[in-house]
Amino acid sequence: MSVMRYREAVRAAMIEEMERDERVYLIGEEVGAYQGAYKVSEGMLERFGPKRVIDAPITESGFTGISIGAAMVGLRPIVEYMTWNFSAVAFDQILNNAAKIRQMSGGQLHVPIVLRAPNGSARQVGSQHSHAMEHFYAHVPGLKVLAPATPADAKGLLKAAIRDDDPVLFMESETLYNVKGEVPDDPDFVVPMGQARVAREGKDVSIIAYGRPVHLALEAAAQLEKEGIDAEVVDLRSLRPLDEEALVRTVQKTHRAVLTYEGWPYGGVGGEVVDRIQRLAFDELDAPILRVTFRDVPMPYNAKLEQYVLPQPDRIADAVREVLYRKG
Amino acid sequence: MAGGRDHLMTTTRKHSDELHLALYRKMFQIRRFEEEAARAYAQGKIGGFLHLYIGQEPVAVGAVAALQPTDYAITTYRDHGLALARGTTSRAAMAELFGKVTGCSKGLGGSMHFFDVEHNMLGGYGIVGGHVPLAVGTAFASKYRQDGRVAIVFLGEGAVSIGDFHEGMSLAALWKLPIVIVVENNEYAMGTSLSRTLSVEDVSLKAVGYGMARDRFFANHVLEVHDRIGEAIDRARTTSEPTLVEVRTYRFRGHSMSDPGKYRTPDELEERKRKDPLMVSRAELEEKGHQAALQKIEAEIEAEIEDAVRFADESPEPGPELLEATTYKGAFAR
Repeated sequence: MSVMRYREAVRAAMIEEMERDERVYLIGEEVGAYQGAYKVSEGMLERFGPKRVIDAPITESGFTGISIGAAMVGLRPIVEYMTWNFSAVAFDQILNNAAKIRQMSGGQLHVPIVLRAPNGSARQVGSQHSHAMEHFYAHVPGLKVLAPATPADAKGLLKAAIRDDDPVLFMESETLYNVKGEVPDDPDFVVPMGQARVAREGKDVSIIAYGRPVHLALEAAAQLEKEGIDAEVVDLRSLRPLDEEALVRTVQKTHRAVLTYEGWPYGGVGGEVVDRIQRLAFDELDAPILRVTFRDVPMPYNAKLEQYVLPQPDRIADAVREVLYRKG
Repeated sequence: MAGGRDHLMTTTRKHSDELHLALYRKMFQIRRFEEEAARAYAQGKIGGFLHLYIGQEPVAVGAVAALQPTDYAITTYRDHGLALARGTTSRAAMAELFGKVTGCSKGLGGSMHFFDVEHNMLGGYGIVGGHVPLAVGTAFASKYRQDGRVAIVFLGEGAVSIGDFHEGMSLAALWKLPIVIVVENNEYAMGTSLSRTLSVEDVSLKAVGYGMARDRFFANHVLEVHDRIGEAIDRARTTSEPTLVEVRTYRFRGHSMSDPGKYRTPDELEERKRKDPLMVSRAELEEKGHQAALQKIEAEIEAEIEDAVRFADESPEPGPELLEATTYKGAFAR
């Protein structure tokens, strides 16, 4: 075990997999000479050279499409966007090519590509730089979507993604890059996709989260403990595939659930999780499932308003009290 | 600058009649394949869209003849010609149109999505311009592996205004990738004429801003296409430099089967049909005394297309069990 930051865990996964497999390369804006817009790829250009750590001009659609084409004929690209927000201009490549080529070709081709970037809110970066893009992508059959909350999961899931034969979209967070945690050193440590993790055991209510809000959920659980409420926190880690069994298991135990994640309340991953729970564990529920998300507006710049729009431990705790009918 | 010839002249040709006959055979196969496809479409045996290549055959056939079998080829939704030129069988192509499991994409792709990986036909794509970066990516992979393969991508002149064309051009030139980008300028972006879609008629000039080699000529003769695109292929293979090639051509049918064609006059169409490159090749070969060979080719193709239609008709349809397995290579992610 080593203690490392989230960004170092992401880097370690890329380095190990690039050393393991010549076909893996990293491409994106500022990934090389600049050492990464968020220093995730620091030192990688020096280690692997410009053939495998490739600085791209501002052409998200172009370098995404090129990497999909390269993956079609046998390379295994890692594409870094400066943030997931900028993937919007590559949406056609992801939706129509990465996700469809296998089916359109009758299964002759597949696209082993990893698209990764920080996702969701940062700090006062305004409405165009604060999107939670996983909701758009998890909707699409042919794609896989991961959202690790800890350094260990960041490393283990990214390694799994790079080794996977299908397109995997990997959601990091600028606000998680400095989080520290224990990470296994074993080069074959891989976290399988589609498995949620219980981040905190509890019996009264399930708080289901992924990415940065897992940490908010843990804060809320600590707050609720003082009121005698024993909350379980489930970290989904993988959004597509989604761990249905873990959802059923936790609801069978607590009979109440609150979801929290970044992104707007209309539809999205949260709507999907609610559907699975009501469909698979309807009789287990003692209260409607509530969701704590972005408020349903574009992200404002003003610091206080931004905090108002974001999920907060207090809002999560309020929702928990509500599903426990402890609210006045 | 390399490939900067900007004329629409026809060069002299030095090829054997055997090559010309082989290329005539391919062009005739595509022509007859598509005529029968149009008939089957009218009979309701083919659904969705059907974009015919009739009139443009010398472009795919001439270009493919200058490629190595291991080179990568990608095109738009008007893709039957390229697939047949690369070696997809008439049976697999017709069965794909009929939505049958014996089709080149197992009946899951349809007219716009012909794939035949064995022949390095890496797809027909339905989003205008979106396939250009993909093709550049296959060239990127060739350079990454130093395996000597060249990529070729075909698009219409209607695609040169969209962003992905320019991002693909920009990166192909920046990274010196071994690709030939062929704009098949058939003068109409669906129903909108060249003068109404482009401020500069000479599409090959788009290469100048990217410092890319370019060429421009009329596809009046299949051997002309072979030679001119062959030069660009050689450049890609020997110096890993991309080329933009504008090939002026003409489609004799509508944009798709639902096109009433009101944007051009019957006189214009008739005038162009008189210069049909398929007939140009036929007349030239006939003049050289190959009447018997031509008749043999035509009889064989007629039988081949008839067989393909029968095969497509009789083939089974794909079942739902194919769907999840062709969505993910690994376990289905839900």
